[in-house]
Amino acid sequence: MAEEVKNDGFLADKDGAGLIVSSSPHLFNTESIPKIMHTVVMALIPAMIAAIYYFRLDAVVLLVTCIVTSLITEFIFQKARKQPVTVYDGSAIITGILLALMLPPSFPIYGAIIGSVFAIGVGKQIFGGLGYNIFNPALLGRAFLQATYPVMITTWHEPATKGVDVVSAATPLALMKFEGISTGWGSLLIGNTSGSMGETCAIAILIGGLYLFYKGYIDLRMPLGYLGSIAVFGLLFWLGGDGKYPDPVFHILAGGAMLGAWFMITDMVTSPVTPKGQWIFVIVAGFLVVAIRNLGGLPEGVMYSILLMNAAVPLINRWTRPKVFGEQPKKNGKEKG
Amino acid sequence: MKLKTFQRGIHPAYHKELSNNSAVERAAIPKTVVIPLRQHIGAPCEPLVKRSDIVEEGQKIGDVQSFVTAPVHSSVAGKVKSVDMLPFPGGGKVQAVVIETAEDYVPKDWEAEGPIVDVDALTPEEIRYTVRSAGIIGMGGAAFPTSVKISPPKGAVVDTLLINGCECEPYLSSDHRQMVENADKLVLGIKALMQAVGAKNPLIGIEDNKMDAVKAVREAAKRLLPELKIVELETKYPQGAEKMLIKAALDRTVPIGKLPFEVGVVVNNVGTAVSIYEALAFKKPLIERIVTVSGNGIKTPKNLMVRIGTTFEALIEECGGLKTDHKEMVVINGGPMMGITQPRLDVPAVKGTSGITCLTADTVKPADYFGCIRCASCVDACPMRLMPLKLGDMGRLSITEEFNNFNGMSCMECGCCSFVCPSKRPLVQWIRLAKIKLRDEERAKHA
Ligand code: SF4
Ligand code: SF4
Repeated sequence: MAEEVKNDGFLADKDGAGLIVSSSPHLFNTESIPKIMHTVVMALIPAMIAAIYYFRLDAVVLLVTCIVTSLITEFIFQKARKQPVTVYDGSAIITGILLALMLPPSFPIYGAIIGSVFAIGVGKQIFGGLGYNIFNPALLGRAFLQATYPVMITTWHEPATKGVDVVSAATPLALMKFEGISTGWGSLLIGNTSGSMGETCAIAILIGGLYLFYKGYIDLRMPLGYLGSIAVFGLLFWLGGDGKYPDPVFHILAGGAMLGAWFMITDMVTSPVTPKGQWIFVIVAGFLVVAIRNLGGLPEGVMYSILLMNAAVPLINRWTRPKVFGEQPKKNGKEKG
Repeated sequence: MKLKTFQRGIHPAYHKELSNNSAVERAAIPKTVVIPLRQHIGAPCEPLVKRSDIVEEGQKIGDVQSFVTAPVHSSVAGKVKSVDMLPFPGGGKVQAVVIETAEDYVPKDWEAEGPIVDVDALTPEEIRYTVRSAGIIGMGGAAFPTSVKISPPKGAVVDTLLINGCECEPYLSSDHRQMVENADKLVLGIKALMQAVGAKNPLIGIEDNKMDAVKAVREAAKRLLPELKIVELETKYPQGAEKMLIKAALDRTVPIGKLPFEVGVVVNNVGTAVSIYEALAFKKPLIERIVTVSGNGIKTPKNLMVRIGTTFEALIEECGGLKTDHKEMVVINGGPMMGITQPRLDVPAVKGTSGITCLTADTVKPADYFGCIRCASCVDACPMRLMPLKLGDMGRLSITEEFNNFNGMSCMECGCCSFVCPSKRPLVQWIRLAKIKLRDEERAKHA
């Protein structure tokens, strides 16, 4: 259960001289959940700006809808369950932003509302709130919308910057998968393609990710391990595929790989806590992306790769417990002394 | 050059600048001293004096027949006022001798005639005997009787003597001043310790935030003990934890539940080495020590040479007093990471009191805590490579069996995990609960 409890180790002693007594350590660093979460929100600003630049009002409307709905849902759930209200901690804002960034620009507002309610309600609060959820709430919300509105969520249009008022256009991944047309690396980098609002501009996402790294909130092994794994498996397919499969750089730049690598793989709550476990997590997830994209029926595999690995986290944590300092090798299968 | 260090750990703000350049001053001789009969880990002493007895400075006033113990001595000359259960800075109450200082008391100058014993000629047994009878214990805070620490078990081969000059706790600077001001005595103490344990390879580990200490010790070693190796270490907490220091300086790993003897090492603290030399050369028992009084709650931080048994109150007064009201103050015996908060100030400074840290409530007050966001900060910080997030929950929920399977008993309560947790979860507090519960269960099983 979620706990937010008064720290009982900290109380004034009644028999003493009125000094405060507490249990060691008496020193703490200045990190806090709101501080971490607000930094992540800051890091998402470039991606949001890119989304608004390319998709104009659509992007603004969807972002606002998702953020506000997420916050309200969190508030209502916490009130209803008589839990301390922590909407100010920034985590619901992140879920709202990420969900919005994963939607196609033409997605209807009611759909965005439903997705946000599901993400926060089912994805997070039912598990007990922040820290207790198994799946990344935004990804779960997106998966729910994929199942409920399979058509709308795969209807894309070209960014407004292209000037033409196209009703719909396939994403680079879909073009690749179904028509064998590859999109140039340049367009993918700057985001001048059709796709989910926040996924198209790789550079904006990268800037935000590097900011998080600079602030010390992510370990590079997570995003780079994930992208590296996608690249390596992508390369193997490319080399062995006789032109059937896209090149590794395309894999990294297209679709949700960048956003996934810097903002979802790195979600603390739903990734392993041990260094070794984090490696396993990102490498297998990277393999899954390439396998789904190249072999599965869907053009995109980032969402499922991460959700699948989220489910495996408790197991991974158990397998990869670090060897305790001074731990002796086991003898005859039995633990010594 | 890459500095030696251990894996993981933290970099708290050290605030050493408050006191590390202040030369040691003698604290005023107190009107009364309170000398607890158990200041060490091990068997408590029995009082050798009673009410109204007249005692000399340095007179033994408590001892007991036991291997793991250390006698206590009067730190002043005067009259015994009472022998009573009194509050102890390490927690709880301990039997203590209260001595009223004589009106005409003049402190004895133990070193007036220079060394009265040829330390080089002493046998290991003689050294151990003197160390025990001088009441010397680990002065870095561990308070383990030194005579035991320098008695290797049968069959153990000690090749290395490692001196701990890390002083990694924030605020404290008593060892630092010891190295800067008493480098000669320190090096001679190291020499005597080598004789006692038969170690050929002497090392001293010093963090790189104390370069003046490195220089002073190097200087003294050149003249007195050229083979002493000075190892500069990264400034990182808990560099001075025995197992971490052995790992950093020697790259040897002490197995779980084992002593440094296992890897051929004996570790002693800087202050302890100085006291050992004083005991051997001048027959001076452990009756005074350097105490750092520091923190943002004290008016003038100082390093004081303090008679064992002087109350915290007197020492805080000597440093200009506390800045704010008691209600907003935390007074800690030791440093802020592992020290113990004091509910009252009439407790005495004891042999293990390396510092008195006074912090204002706003610097220490932990916020209310939240759910674990599995950020792994605690895992990345734990020098024992444990899983503090799991151990904490097991403690909170009293799942002692799992706690044991996860090696919870090897937690050294260094506090790194609680320090880094963004959810401010009191992990160490919970771990402590589990340890106590587990110990009780074991005891019940054997009873
Ligand atoms: S540091 Fe705190 S929030 Fe982070 S994993 Fe450890 S216990 Fe959980
Ligand atoms: S679990 Fe114990 S040893 Fe590890 S960081 Fe926490 S207090 Fe230190």
